[in-house]
Amino acid sequence: MEPTASFFFDFRISDLWFLAEAAWRTLLISTLSITIGTALGVVFGWMLFEGRWAAVLILGPLLDVFRSVPLIIQLVLFYNFAPIIGLILDPFLSGVVILSIYCAALVANVARGGMEAVSPSMRRAARSLGMSYWQDLRYVVLPIGTRAVFPSWVGVALGVMKDSALVSVLGYVELLKASQILITRTQEPLLILTIAGAFYFALSYPISRYAASLEKRWAS
Amino acid sequence: MIEIRGLEKFYGSLQVLKGIDLDVPNGEVLSIIGASGSGKSTLLYCINALEAIEAGSVVVDGIDVHAKGTDINALRQKLGMVFQQWNSFPHLTTLQNVALAPQIVKGKSKAESREIAARQLEHVGLGDKFDVYPSALSGGQQQRLAIARALAMEPEYMLFDEATSALDPELVGEVLDTMRLLAEEGMTMICVTHEMSFARDVSDRVAFFHQGVIEEIDTPAEIFGSPKSEHLQKFLSNIR
Ligand SMILES: Nc1ncnc2c1ncn2[C@@H]1O[C@H](COP(=O)(O)OP(=O)(O)OP(=O)(O)O)[C@@H](O)[C@H]1O
Ligand SMILES: [Mg+2]
Repeated sequence: MEPTASFFFDFRISDLWFLAEAAWRTLLISTLSITIGTALGVVFGWMLFEGRWAAVLILGPLLDVFRSVPLIIQLVLFYNFAPIIGLILDPFLSGVVILSIYCAALVANVARGGMEAVSPSMRRAARSLGMSYWQDLRYVVLPIGTRAVFPSWVGVALGVMKDSALVSVLGYVELLKASQILITRTQEPLLILTIAGAFYFALSYPISRYAASLEKRWAS
Repeated sequence: MIEIRGLEKFYGSLQVLKGIDLDVPNGEVLSIIGASGSGKSTLLYCINALEAIEAGSVVVDGIDVHAKGTDINALRQKLGMVFQQWNSFPHLTTLQNVALAPQIVKGKSKAESREIAARQLEHVGLGDKFDVYPSALSGGQQQRLAIARALAMEPEYMLFDEATSALDPELVGEVLDTMRLLAEEGMTMICVTHEMSFARDVSDRVAFFHQGVIEEIDTPAEIFGSPKSEHLQKFLSNIR
């Protein structure tokens, strides 16, 4: 009887490549969602900060919904109901849409906090120099507020990157989904999960390092 | 020249200014004294439209500050303001703090803005601090930075709102000296202050605020030597 040695060493170099590709897709969907979500979130945060009635009555509660309903439910609902309103989106785009909105809902609160961190007195000083509302926002509120809440934003960004794994329920083969596929085939969960974990770490570590170095520079 | 007529200001139902009439000719140094809550800061905010007004008018060099259609950002460049909290921009170096407004508001080149900033920092005695961040400065230095930042817009008037009240006692002198220097150079100044020695020695006139009105306004000699209103007499005896 021939021992099937290959059964235990079924993990091939090509599988590593398969994981690397999946990691790239995780990076892609996260980067896109975090970028769009942050841009939207800052605008939403500004609207909440300015506190016009539309923002308070409509935007606030809406963002609360996106913040509190589990992401996996949002993804499945959106993917299945979007076609009804004529939106035919593939899993990747559906993921980007929902992750971006989810990220925006989280960033909105962070951004509002940043704007609140700039004292009214500081803003009066800026305006007294002749700065317009927008110049004050751009040159005083934005940089000071960003520094105040940057650590919270990094937390949100890293969270969204990890949560992007949930897009796999729509059939998008990102890092976690790819790991599951390989585990089913090779029956080597420990090895594969270790490699996948290493990939996640490799994606987020540079962000954390960069964030830490920025914070250090700002602290001076 | 600053001309204030029948100025009234409410916060909600609370009337903070109850009809202020005041002229400040060019070159004058006017000190404003009075109890806490009497409306001194509010008057300064109404002069450069950081607060809206309910009645009356403020006219600066012939321009109605609160009129619709007044370019308020242009007007504010004439009116430098220094606050109790020094409000240095923490993310910018000393030089950048001062150079920012000339560059983005006046549209001057970066090099020219830095030149202006350097000159004003020398002016207030911070010539050796160009590249440090405000967090490395003492309160007195930050307040002088705030003065330099306002001066960089080449204002014709300076409004000081208790510029020394938030400072440790040993740092008050250096800021008062800077203000005194400006007065000697002929700057038109309105100084809300609790420093009676400054009001007495530096100002041309002193206005005493009481519950939203100017109750007495006169030369320092008259205000401090022979105060007429009962409230002013009481105010002064409480301070001494
Ligand atoms: N933004 C605001 N909203 C509501 N009330 C205000 C506001 N700002 C000031 N007030 C009130 O207006 C009154 C006058 O305030 P103001 O700051 O002009 O007094 P002040 O004479 O400068 O006093 P201080 O010496 O304490 O600075 C006070 O009763 C104050 O509580
Ligand atoms: Mg005040």
